[in-house]
Amino acid sequence: MSISRDKIEQVAWLARIQLEESDKEALENKLSDILSMVGQLQAADTDGITPMAHPLDATQRLRPDEVTETNQRERFQAVAPETQDGLYLVPRVVE
Amino acid sequence: MHTRTLSELAQALQTGETTSEALTRETLERIRAHDDNYNSFVTVAEERALEQARAADQARADGNAGPLTGIPFAHKDIFCTEDLLTTCGSHMLDNFAPPYNSTVAQKLDDAGAVCVGKANMDEFAMGSSNETSYFGPVTNPWGEGLVPGGSSGGSAAAVAARLVPAATATDTGGSIRQPAALCGLTGLKPTYGRISRYGIIAFASSLDQAGTLTHDARDAALMLNTMAGFDPKDSTSLDREVPDYTDNLESDLGGLRIGLPKEYFSDTLSPEMAEQVRNAISEYEKLGATVKEISLPHSHLAVAAYYVIAPAEASANLSRFDGVRYGHRCENPQDLNDLYLRSRSEGFGEEVKRRILVGTYALSAGFFDAYYLKAQKVRRLIQQDFTDAFSEVDLIMGPTSPSPAFAQGDKTDDPINMYLEDVFTIASNLAGLPAMSIPGGMVNDLPVGLQIIGNYFDEARMLNAAHRFQQVTDWHQQVAPNSV
Repeated sequence: MSISRDKIEQVAWLARIQLEESDKEALENKLSDILSMVGQLQAADTDGITPMAHPLDATQRLRPDEVTETNQRERFQAVAPETQDGLYLVPRVVE
Repeated sequence: MHTRTLSELAQALQTGETTSEALTRETLERIRAHDDNYNSFVTVAEERALEQARAADQARADGNAGPLTGIPFAHKDIFCTEDLLTTCGSHMLDNFAPPYNSTVAQKLDDAGAVCVGKANMDEFAMGSSNETSYFGPVTNPWGEGLVPGGSSGGSAAAVAARLVPAATATDTGGSIRQPAALCGLTGLKPTYGRISRYGIIAFASSLDQAGTLTHDARDAALMLNTMAGFDPKDSTSLDREVPDYTDNLESDLGGLRIGLPKEYFSDTLSPEMAEQVRNAISEYEKLGATVKEISLPHSHLAVAAYYVIAPAEASANLSRFDGVRYGHRCENPQDLNDLYLRSRSEGFGEEVKRRILVGTYALSAGFFDAYYLKAQKVRRLIQQDFTDAFSEVDLIMGPTSPSPAFAQGDKTDDPINMYLEDVFTIASNLAGLPAMSIPGGMVNDLPVGLQIIGNYFDEARMLNAAHRFQQVTDWHQQVAPNSV
């Protein structure tokens, strides 16, 4: 199974990963190898098999809707690249 | 002191032969003097460790000491440690000092254990040789230029080099057991959900599980006693009682039923490796166990299922690294997309990007059913193989890795070949089963791992089997030639 250059570029954009032009060919080969390897799955007979999400089939727990955490905004924002007035700064989105 | 196991050090602290402060100073000096040989640490936490050591000595003086009180150890750099750099082996997080503790870090702090530093690892735990770390490769104390395995390569090298008696680690597809095998250590990956994942930087959430790297099974049991337990902060944590894992270590193995999967002794395993593993298993027969061949017929699909599920979950988990809230941010972003694109492309290394791309592809429109859903169904088939096997046997044994430690650079250009390092370990992650690797022989003067896979929550039985083996063999006591 191989993957086309166009598809790689589309997937990279979805993942917000920038690809260097010089890396694309090697990447095309390596991704095609990986997809061929995982292609073995197609041969498995999985009719009537339920997909497995949690090994012990645990489901999400619910808890009472109570406040358990305190507000630590300053502490959490201390590790951010850029903040102002308690807000995270990003380049202007709306003109 | 550095040649002793964790249990022996605990004894020395208890009898007053040494103090935690003295032990911690010695540990820190040895790391400072010798870690250039291995590169097993990303961060050494000198001041913090000494403070913890003094607090541990005080706790002991006050009569509040437990088995881990005052014991120096290393955390894999994937466990968030409050105000202590936690890089996950990545440029993306090389400036990240978390504002909170992972549950594992908190439990070990509360037990009085002394974290001397953060161990090197493959970037975001993606690798089997510790060569993808942003902080450089780790060298195996068993030989110049040999990999320690991965992703918990720094944790393994630090213990094998006798810089620390124990280290925490994580295992998503073999990242505890394969380094344990390659470095001659005891590596324990418990049942999925046994140890909280809270505060462990996520790779593949349905597979990630924390565990330990130690010299022997008794030390692993002591660490697990502290690390295990239900945690409401981890939505996949399981609410089961935590037994004292040291209670059954000495139990007799008479009547223990061991299964050897025929698929694990096929062409993928060299005759020399197979011989060592079979020799190790014959020790179990001498200890009273019965051994029979079993079949895990879907084994050949495990690597393929893993390399859909793990990258898919990783691509979702790693989308949080956006250069906005924490971690690396590019210089002078022109607009929001430029900020995302450049921050992520600069912050992530090659293998991480590759897996993000594979995962994004597998989850993208039109491919989800063919890849992710198909892999989740195959995962169920693999689990069913184990369920069938455990109706006939108590433990499953076989090799941990296809070969002993290999040379740095050998597999870096061939991802598939590197992925096959985990061919024997991945299935138990997919099924969520507990598994260990213990030293079981030598090939070309390098350690060979014996893998032990148990049924759900059967860690005590695995540890019992490992401990009894270690009482009649000395593979776990072999000292790496380049250790100090």
